[in-house]
Amino acid sequence: MAAKKPKVAVFKFSSCDGCQLSLLDAEEEFLAVAGAVDIAFFPEVSRRMLKGPYDVGIVEGSVSTPHDVEYIREIRKQCTTLITIGACATAGGIQALRNWKDVKDFTNIVYASPEYISALDRSLPTGSFVHVDFELRGCPINKYQLIEVINALLHQRKPSIPAFSVCVECKLRGNVCVMVVQGIPCLGPVTQTGCGALCPSYGRGCYGCFGPSDSPNTAAIAERFSELGETKYDIMLAFRGFNAYANAFRRESDNHEK
Amino acid sequence: MKNRTIKVDYLARVEGEGALLIKTKSGQVSDVKLRIFEPPRFFEAFLRGRKYSEAPDITARICGICSVAYQMSSVHAMENAFGITVNGQLRELRRLLYCGEWIESHALHIYFLHAPDFLGYDDAIQLAKDYPNVVQKALQLKKAGNDIVALLGGREIHPINVKVGGFYRVPTRRELAPLAEKLKWARDAAVETVKFTAGLPFMEFEQDYEFIALRHTSEYPMNEGKLVSNRGLDIGIRDYEFYFEESHVQHSNALHSTMKQKGAYFVGPLARFNLNFDRLSEIAQSAAKDVGFVPEIRNPFKGIVVRAIEVVYACEEALRIVESYEEPTAAAVEVVPRAGFGFGCTEAPRGILYHRYRIGDDGLIKDAKIVPPTAQNLGTIENDLRGFVAANIDMPKDWLTLRCEQAVRNYDPCISCATHFLKLDIEGS
Repeated sequence: MAAKKPKVAVFKFSSCDGCQLSLLDAEEEFLAVAGAVDIAFFPEVSRRMLKGPYDVGIVEGSVSTPHDVEYIREIRKQCTTLITIGACATAGGIQALRNWKDVKDFTNIVYASPEYISALDRSLPTGSFVHVDFELRGCPINKYQLIEVINALLHQRKPSIPAFSVCVECKLRGNVCVMVVQGIPCLGPVTQTGCGALCPSYGRGCYGCFGPSDSPNTAAIAERFSELGETKYDIMLAFRGFNAYANAFRRESDNHEK
Repeated sequence: MKNRTIKVDYLARVEGEGALLIKTKSGQVSDVKLRIFEPPRFFEAFLRGRKYSEAPDITARICGICSVAYQMSSVHAMENAFGITVNGQLRELRRLLYCGEWIESHALHIYFLHAPDFLGYDDAIQLAKDYPNVVQKALQLKKAGNDIVALLGGREIHPINVKVGGFYRVPTRRELAPLAEKLKWARDAAVETVKFTAGLPFMEFEQDYEFIALRHTSEYPMNEGKLVSNRGLDIGIRDYEFYFEESHVQHSNALHSTMKQKGAYFVGPLARFNLNFDRLSEIAQSAAKDVGFVPEIRNPFKGIVVRAIEVVYACEEALRIVESYEEPTAAAVEVVPRAGFGFGCTEAPRGILYHRYRIGDDGLIKDAKIVPPTAQNLGTIENDLRGFVAANIDMPKDWLTLRCEQAVRNYDPCISCATHFLKLDIEGS
């Protein structure tokens, strides 16, 4: 007799919805994935919302309000395995740019009545609050990597997600190096792969969607950028992007702030 | 007459987080709130001090469903500020990319977010058990759109190939050519989708709306045009803020956009269709006429059919561009930034998306304003709910709750978009 299908829940925090949508963007595989699990809670897809506990919780988005903090702790209690997907959930996302500013100033810029707005000073990854069993990076995530993670869970094995740099993948694709040959600043040497070395393949420099790779030498890249004519401010911005609050990128951007 | 409360704590099958609260008192609707509890993300604030060239990549992250729309409005705004015009094949490629997004976004909404309401299912996964062929075909149709975005943009979500002035790299004729066969299939599937959606059971409900959309001299509007309405509005996009304003209401993290002195208005497929029917291609017009759809459609529940008609158009338009494509000599025109204001307004799948930037002479963004389509429809959605509940006040609560949810989904609201500008809710906290 077949084993009981794992009960899966998809939760959203502060985000653009793109990462959870990746599952629906896997048009060829979506129905197979949906058939292999019991989708118990996935509001973007279904009105059917079953209560926990769940076998697997998939979290998109960063923790950015007082309510979010309580919610993620409750979710952790409800989920046997907790996976976070995307730069928001794994590094705080683009909205973590507020972490360098006073959130009150930000609220005043966007909202006419800032007193209605409730927000934490910082936008933080899930892992700052609860234990996370697996983090899948990317802005957005790679849908095939998500399917690999789900597959690995179903078969109780470790997901096979490479932690090496975009540079390695670029070489595998046979791309000509955009930084060496064209002098285009590229974060590929310090960014984890997952995109398939997309930007260099389109003739532009990597801008760090998948966050820092394993032991990245960010200082060396910053120096190279400087040799290519980038100002300190340019270098700060380059590291302060969609994974700005990931440790290695945060430190390097801070080094160029003043 | 009883006092009733219709409450949906977590709206399903919309992009982002919202809730619904409707109260009736002595047979009258006393309160309607589309609560947006999606957390605010402050895009306008952190765009300040970023480079003009980063705007397409940063604003794309407002929405994972319509990132192309954000990229298009932002590049047009920047080019407007710098006095640049992008023409010829580069302009055509942008239109092709937009067609891809319309196809994938509309197919998602028609089959996965909206159709289950009409057919009595919780979701498309359940629907697939009874109608496997319909859902399989829907996925393939969606994929045809995504294939365009992935080929031209590098990936489906947050494409990497769009820049101010054009693209980082343009495709060869040979690379684009395989899209043609897929698009022919998709166009036929879209015509079937028009028939399928027109056969759904519709609520009888009409309102007197002010429809607002872009209007272009010769094309069905996507990237360019004037802003027009069925009540005489006819303005250039740089005058947008003279006519429209955003207000911050307490129950929502999203700002509500209204017409000054006039109030709520309607943007999106229904508005585009009603104001630009004559700009649709012949096949799209016939597909519409065959199911009795000609302007002016004022039943928002029928938006699902109009989305399907727009998919027919987008497939055909994409096919036209692919078949007549000639590789441009440069992937982008030269961009020399200068200080000034730039305005951009394009037709996102859900309606007009307005961007305005002030750029300094250092090429950095000094100030940004972004008004997404869902912000502009929120007032109209709440008005619809008020009218719909008033007209159906004696219906059973479960029925009414589901139909109210459906009435919200008529607009394919993207709450994630709306919250960098949407009002914040207090009641819950």
